[in-house]
Amino acid sequence: MTNTLDMTQTELRDINTTLQAAAKGQANEKYIITNPRGSHAMACGLDGPLDVTIQGSTGYYCAGMNKEAAITVKGSAGPGVAENMMSGTVTIEGDASQYAGATGHGGLLNIKGNASSRCGISMKGIDIVVHGNIGHMSAFMAQKGNLVVLGNAGDALGDSLYEARLFVRGAVKSLGADCIEKEMRPEHIEILKELLEKAGADAKPEEFKRYGSARKLYNFNIDHADEY
Amino acid sequence: MCGIVGLFLKKDELRPKLGDMLTDMLITMTDRGPDSAGIAIYGDETGGIKITVQSDTPETAFVDLDADLCAVIDGPVTIKSISTHAVLTVPAGSEKAAIAFLEDKGLRIMGSGESMEIYKEIGLPKDVAARFNLREMGGSHGIGHTRMATESAVTTMGAHPFSTADDQCLVHNGSLSNHNQMRRVLAKKGVFTRSENDTEVGAAYISSRIAEGATLGEALEGTLKDLDGFFTFVTGTKNGFGVVRDPIACKPAVMAETDDYVAFASEYRAFADLPGIDAARVWEPEPATVYFWER
Repeated sequence: MTNTLDMTQTELRDINTTLQAAAKGQANEKYIITNPRGSHAMACGLDGPLDVTIQGSTGYYCAGMNKEAAITVKGSAGPGVAENMMSGTVTIEGDASQYAGATGHGGLLNIKGNASSRCGISMKGIDIVVHGNIGHMSAFMAQKGNLVVLGNAGDALGDSLYEARLFVRGAVKSLGADCIEKEMRPEHIEILKELLEKAGADAKPEEFKRYGSARKLYNFNIDHADEY
Repeated sequence: MCGIVGLFLKKDELRPKLGDMLTDMLITMTDRGPDSAGIAIYGDETGGIKITVQSDTPETAFVDLDADLCAVIDGPVTIKSISTHAVLTVPAGSEKAAIAFLEDKGLRIMGSGESMEIYKEIGLPKDVAARFNLREMGGSHGIGHTRMATESAVTTMGAHPFSTADDQCLVHNGSLSNHNQMRRVLAKKGVFTRSENDTEVGAAYISSRIAEGATLGEALEGTLKDLDGFFTFVTGTKNGFGVVRDPIACKPAVMAETDDYVAFASEYRAFADLPGIDAARVWEPEPATVYFWER
């Protein structure tokens, strides 16, 4: 069953309440939200299987804290999309603004366009696939998960990185402190192949370079004071 | 926070609608700045210089102001008063004497130029827009601002846009941390500001660079080197507007372009009512990159 909610008729709070109840009820229904007009905090806190399509662009913090739901934005997303996602899938057909997928613990954030600065900042297990480019300071202090970029990366990629894996096909403008290029081993090719397939990305794993932590900044070391 | 909007029309037939379109954009940004609002609108040129002034007591301050000014500068003066603001048009060349006279009378100078008029007051953007009838105003381009005050008090003089030279103005989302130092540097060059506000220093910096011979693009490039802090700037000139964001780019910015217009806003929400927005090219301006549109 497909339900349509029109944001010119229904308040944002009522829409989120309806979606949250449907997700919690394990209803596995389909919802289409029309006329989002760049609203903030759309489809947040969904805790269960639900298929949500937003017909247009969204504002701040769309699909935050998502768990199990599949959310598609048929437009661009404002700052902080899929922040702290736990599981499920969030697909952005257009571009994503800054700090997309920040602090995410799990699930897949699939951005068909570009993502701007701080993409995947402090990611903790989420997988992020960006079909275009990403901006500066992406994957800053990223702890776990995979960031896949088909285009180019901006300045200071992976600054103060922990154990997240970064795969970039294009050019990296500069690497952040303690982020280095690493060897692409067969297990990485496997991970990347699976992620590219899941995201419907037209790219070969062999075209990517892998970046990761040099693990020199894990503990404070006076000899590295300049690096901090 | 603070909200910024800007609209540059590519087609003359849209000019009568500029105020209406900008007002909707401005009101949508109320959540980002409920303290005060302002707009700089580039309208018809009359051959003279338009000086926009503000008074807390317009019912007395604007009475016979045109005649008094006329006697001082010895030339024709017209006046258009709207709420707390009045726009006086004086012959080119008599602007300095006119501004000195108006300031001496205790009026606050909002800005001046061949085409620019500035309207700004404290209060919610919808109330400010209604007070000045912004919807009825036409023009080629305009920029607006909704303010959430940080660096100086909520006053008319602390509201944006700030104008520090003819037909030039600036709106800002962010805060500058070296504005007091820059204020002193500019004062040594004889460039003075009228308020305690950080953004006015940014405006004065850009104006002084242009006065020294820099292009608008060079002046905006200069802000990246000489101004410290967070900023998304939109600057208006007689012929268009420019955009620059600091290299960290925490302060949001989004742009949209169609065959009819170029629009700027802090958030996409402000574009929702623009005609043809669904088919527009929408993008975020890159950090530390200068953009401008001029006719």
